[in-house]
Amino acid sequence: MLRVYMDANATTPLLPEVVEAMRPYWMEHFGNASSIHLHGQQAHAAVNRARETLADFFNCHAAEVVFNSGGTEGDNTALFGLLRPGDHLVTTAIEHSAVLQAAERLAGRGVEVTHIAPQPTGLIDPEAIRQALQPNTRLISVMLANNETGVLQPVETIADIARTAGTFFHIDAVQGAGKVPFDVRRFGCHLCSISAHKVHGPKGIGTMFVRRGTPLDPLLVGGNHERRRRAGTENVPGIVGLAKAIELATQSLEDGTIGRLAQLRDRLEAGILQIPGTGLNGSCEDGAAIPRVANTTNIWFDQLEGEALVIALDLKGVAVSGGSACHSGATEPSHVLMAMGLNKTRARASLRFSLLKTATEADVDYVLKVVPEAVEHLRALSPEVAGTLG
Amino acid sequence: MTQPETIAVAMSGGVDSSTVAAMLAQSGNPVVGLTLQLWDQTRLAGKNGIPDAPKAGRCCSLDDVYDARRVAEHLGIPYYVVNQQARFERDVVQPFVDEYLAGRTPIPCSLCNNHLKFDQLLQTARSIGATRIATGHYAINEFDPARNRWILKRPADRAKDQTYFLFGLTQEQLAHTLFPLGSITKPAVRAAARTAGLALSEKPDSQEICFIPGGDYKQFLTAYLEEQGRQIPETAGDLVASDGHVIGHHDGIFNFTVGQRKGLGVSSPSPLYVLNIDPASHRVTVGADEELATRTLRARRLNWISIPSLTGPMRVQIKIRHRHEPAWATLEPASPGAPGLDSETGDSKISPNQEVLATFDEPQRAVTPGQSAVFYDNDEVVGGGWIV
Repeated sequence: MLRVYMDANATTPLLPEVVEAMRPYWMEHFGNASSIHLHGQQAHAAVNRARETLADFFNCHAAEVVFNSGGTEGDNTALFGLLRPGDHLVTTAIEHSAVLQAAERLAGRGVEVTHIAPQPTGLIDPEAIRQALQPNTRLISVMLANNETGVLQPVETIADIARTAGTFFHIDAVQGAGKVPFDVRRFGCHLCSISAHKVHGPKGIGTMFVRRGTPLDPLLVGGNHERRRRAGTENVPGIVGLAKAIELATQSLEDGTIGRLAQLRDRLEAGILQIPGTGLNGSCEDGAAIPRVANTTNIWFDQLEGEALVIALDLKGVAVSGGSACHSGATEPSHVLMAMGLNKTRARASLRFSLLKTATEADVDYVLKVVPEAVEHLRALSPEVAGTLG
Repeated sequence: MTQPETIAVAMSGGVDSSTVAAMLAQSGNPVVGLTLQLWDQTRLAGKNGIPDAPKAGRCCSLDDVYDARRVAEHLGIPYYVVNQQARFERDVVQPFVDEYLAGRTPIPCSLCNNHLKFDQLLQTARSIGATRIATGHYAINEFDPARNRWILKRPADRAKDQTYFLFGLTQEQLAHTLFPLGSITKPAVRAAARTAGLALSEKPDSQEICFIPGGDYKQFLTAYLEEQGRQIPETAGDLVASDGHVIGHHDGIFNFTVGQRKGLGVSSPSPLYVLNIDPASHRVTVGADEELATRTLRARRLNWISIPSLTGPMRVQIKIRHRHEPAWATLEPASPGAPGLDSETGDSKISPNQEVLATFDEPQRAVTPGQSAVFYDNDEVVGGGWIV
C-alpha cells in the first residue's frame, strides 16, 4: 500500500544530509563541549559552528543563540523566565499548549494573563493586543504561524506595539521557521523559539534567540553552559543536526522548493474543496485564503466525524491529523478552531493536511483519490451523526 | 480473489479483550484495535471525596488505555482510541443519574451495551472499512436457519456468563459481532494470553462501574450534579413499615435500593430491608426479609432475540440480577398491541410502552425497578427488558 505522510506540522523525517552531518558526533567526536581536552574542543567547535549558522538564520549575534531541547522548552523559558507575580502577560487563545499551560501555571502564581481571541479568519488583530496592554504588562507572546491553520500572524505590527509600550515580545516560531523568510530584527522580538524536528532535524533539540540584555532567568540551572542561560551538557549531535536542517530549510526557501510546495498544497486544497459540504478553516468571508505557510491547509467536512475520517485515511495509507490528542490518545476538538468560532461539531470534523517539503504530485494525486472515497463512505454510513452531539 | 474481511476488536485493556485481539490476529484476518474513550477519570477527581488518582482496572482509565495500546503494539495491529465521551455522558451517565434520582437502581453496563457500545463500535468499524466487530464478552451468538434468526446463548464458562448485560443486542448487531470467548473458559483465556506473550495475562478482572472511582455511587451523584450546577432534588421523606405506619425519616430516595439492609437509620429487633421506593410520595417502605418476595414483575423497553415478538404466554426462566439464578416463570404480553417488526432487519421495534407481565412459579426476592429482567429458554436468551 502506498503511504503518504501529510502531518508535517506534527513532525518531519530527518533528511539524509542531516543524518550525515550528525554521524561523527555520536562515536568519533563524542566529547563534552565543556571539557578542556581535544575531545572537548572538537565538540565545542561543532557547537560554535552550529551557533554561527543559527545566528545567520536568525540574523542575530552568535551570543544571542541559546540551544535547548525544543519548542516547549523555549516557550516555557520565555514565560517562566520573564514573568513574576504581579506582572501581566498578553498572549492569544490559539497558542501552542506549551505557552497556554505555562500561562495557566503562572496565573496560579499571581501573574495576570490576557488571552486575545483570533478573528474568524484565524488572524490575531494587533489592535486587540494594544488594547489589552496594562501598565504592568511585561510580556507579549504570539506565535509566528499557527500549527493548525498555518495562518501567519502580524508579528511585526505587534512588535511595534510592544516597543511603544516598553514590553518584551516573544515569538513562538516553531511552525514558521523554514517556511517563511526569517529575521528577528525585522520581526522586532526579544525572544524567538524554534524546534529542529519540524524542519527535518532531530527531535529533542531546539534553539532560542535571546536578544542581548533581556533579563531572562534560566529554566534549568546547574552549570555554565550556554552562558549560564541553559544548564545541561550540550546535545552535540542534536545541535549539529539542527544547524544542518536549518541550513537546508533556508536553501529550500531560496531555491523555489517552498514556492512549489505552496502550489502542491493549493492543488490539494482545491481538490478536496470540490467535495460537497467542505470548507477552508482560516479564510476570509469570500473564501480567499489569508497569508499562510506554504505547507498547511485545514478543511472542515460536514456530516462526518473527523476522528473516524483520520482513522479511515490512516488505514488507507494517508497520515493526517484532526484536533489534538488528549491524554488517552482520543481526539479533542482543536482549541484553535474553537477559538476561531467554529462550533464543536465542525471543529471535530476538521482535518489538517500538512505537507512535507519533499511531497510529490503523486502524493497529492493519491490523497485526492482516497479522501473523497473515504468521505463518501463515512457519510453514507452515518448520515445523521454530525450535529447530534455537542 | 476476495479480500479477507477486516475485524475491529473492542479493546478495554483487560485480559479478555486482549486475548480476543491476539486470537484474531493469529487467525490471519486483518485486525484493528479500538478503545472507546468514555469518561475522563480525572474529571471529578478530588471532588466530594472522590479519590484524586484513579486506580487501574476501569474501562476508561489511562492505565487501561496504556495496556490496550501495549497489547496492540505487541501484536503489531493498528490501534485507535475513539472519543465517545459526549455520547457516553448523554446515553449512560445522565440516565444513570436520573434513574437513581427517581428512586430506581440502574445498570449502567446494560445501558452502555444497549445504547452505545455495540452501536458505536459497529458504526466506527464500518466507517474505517471493517465489516465485523469482536468483543471479549462471554456469550455465544449463532445463526439458526430454521428460525431465520440470530440467537444469543449462555457461554461455556457459566461463572463468566455476560448474557444478562447483552439482552439489548439487535439482530443486526448479533449478525456482525464475534464473541470468540463464548466457547472457552476463563482459565483457558488466561492460558491463551500467556501463550500469546501478553504481559497482562494475570491482570485481575474489573468488577466495578467504570466511571465511578471507588464504587461509591452517592459520592458520584453529588459530585456530578454539583459540577452540572444542579441540586440534588429534595426527596427526603418517611420511612414506613409495611403496615403503613411511619417509623422514621430519610434524607432522599436515591440512598436506597430495593433489598437494601444497611444504612436505613432505624433500629429494629429483626433485620429490616427496603421493600419499595415510591418516587411520587418519597415514601420508602421497609419490612422483613420474607416480605421482599414477590411473585410477579412487569418489564418495559423490551428487546426480543430468539423470537420476533411475544404474542402469547411463554414459559421462560428469568434472571432479575446479574448474580441471580434464573427462575421459572410464565411470560405474557401485558399491553395492548403486539410490537411490529422492522421489515428490513427483522428486529422487533422497541416500543417504550409495550410491557410484559411475568409470573414466577416461586416468589422471588428483591425484584428491583431499574434492573433488567432477562428471559431465558434454557441456554438461549429469549429477550429482556427493564423492570418497572
